[in-house]
Amino acid sequence: MGLQDNKADTARRQKYVVTRRLDRIFLELYKIYAFHVRFFKEVFVPPYEFKEVVRQCYEVGVRSLPLISLTGFIIGIVFTNQSRPSLAEFGASSWLPSLVSIAIVRALAPLVTAIIAAGRVGSNIGAELGSMRVTEQIDAMEVSATNPFNFLVVTRVLATTFMVPALAMYTIFVALMGAYLNVSQNELTSFTTYITQVFEAITFLDIFSSIIKTFIFGFTIGMVGCYKGYYSSKGTEGVGKAANSSVVTAMFMVFIEELLALQVINLFRAM
Amino acid sequence: MKKINPNINRENKVIEIRGLKKAFDDFEVLKEVDLDLYQGENLVVLGRSGTGKSVLIKIISGLLSSDEGMVKVLGQQVNKLKPKELDRLRLKVGFSFQNSALYDSMTVYENLEFPLIRHAKEMGRAERDRTIHFVLEAVGLLQTINQMPSELSGGQRKRIGIARTLILKPEIMLYDEPTAGLDPITSMEINALINDVQARFNTSAIIITHDLTCARSVGDRMVMLLDGQFQHQGTFDEVFSSDDARVKMFYDYNFVN
Repeated sequence: MGLQDNKADTARRQKYVVTRRLDRIFLELYKIYAFHVRFFKEVFVPPYEFKEVVRQCYEVGVRSLPLISLTGFIIGIVFTNQSRPSLAEFGASSWLPSLVSIAIVRALAPLVTAIIAAGRVGSNIGAELGSMRVTEQIDAMEVSATNPFNFLVVTRVLATTFMVPALAMYTIFVALMGAYLNVSQNELTSFTTYITQVFEAITFLDIFSSIIKTFIFGFTIGMVGCYKGYYSSKGTEGVGKAANSSVVTAMFMVFIEELLALQVINLFRAM
Repeated sequence: MKKINPNINRENKVIEIRGLKKAFDDFEVLKEVDLDLYQGENLVVLGRSGTGKSVLIKIISGLLSSDEGMVKVLGQQVNKLKPKELDRLRLKVGFSFQNSALYDSMTVYENLEFPLIRHAKEMGRAERDRTIHFVLEAVGLLQTINQMPSELSGGQRKRIGIARTLILKPEIMLYDEPTAGLDPITSMEINALINDVQARFNTSAIIITHDLTCARSVGDRMVMLLDGQFQHQGTFDEVFSSDDARVKMFYDYNFVN
């Protein structure tokens, strides 16, 4: 009888643990949904925090320029260098500018920019909002009748949404310049020829899809960082967790979105 | 010991709480709490850590919702207000946080300007400057106007936190552990500031603390939160003349040990 009681008790407890976990998952999903709904509600409602949006754009955009410049330039050089042997085998080294431009515009620049933004900006947002939550700064805004969501979340998400595409365009430019340096050294191609080949290879759809994609990446990075920071648990450990999981989740989401975007763009190409 | 305050208006309750209950999961923090705060009065809420003192003022300011009961602030029932109505009420209730909660990416000036820009839009730049200078002078920290919060001491941060709440001229002040983590002299300065705020700005206040020196210096009346309910109230001497062992222990740990 005692043994049976124990078994029943263990089963009950296991069932309780499972339902608690399920509850938590659904609650989290609902919180994410509500966070998005709140963003779209508040983004159009005054007061508009223009000054803070500009400040955040500076933080996200201008402050990322050194890292983006270096990474983009090196990617241009390295990708060109690594692609040359394969093309040379078929005697097609002259196609290098076309190949490099297509790869950079369609995939490399948007993805690299998004990954850098997720690492630099996403973690920054997660840590900043997490720390504000822990030190009751968000509560302080609320009790002074200022909408913290509007001031902290809306401004940051807008900044990432608009600055990540701008940074991606800049990355395309810098990476193409890096590629040109390599091409001009090895193939002795003139700048005019290089640029002509680059623009002949890429289409409007390439540029347009990259811009749309990076808008989505920027929005995702901002939302993930803000969500993780805004709802970070109390304590300094929570701040670290918020920063870390902002980066990991944002990168994961960016890769998934890239994959989905690829499928959608291929559909358009097939039309 | 604080002198008897003649400015308390016992006819006018600025906060009225009846049957307030709040639980977190299975832990009932507040059980049937009743409380009145009169106009012009400094009411000290005493109690050990984790007894729900801060929860009480967070419910009053609308940061937390209650499970049951009525919380009336300036005649308005907090849990029945719409967000915009709650925001209007919050402008009349200042909240001084335990760790000051200054916006650490802004200077002292910007911290004080932040609520003004949003809620005193009719103010021009010059008037805003005057108000900020006035409030900083009131807390004795005009010289810190261009400093970042990280450059201030604990006591200075508390004062600036109080200045930020005063800037919108609240009718009620809620102080959460105003002297926690401060040395005795700085604590005395904060106590003096709380009394000064009461006299100069004619505010009513709830002061949450477990520091009995602070309670004795600033409180017109004390209530003690024990087991989720207010069990002793009155002046400092009335509360601590109780035979309740828990009250005696509280007193002994503050003054004897």
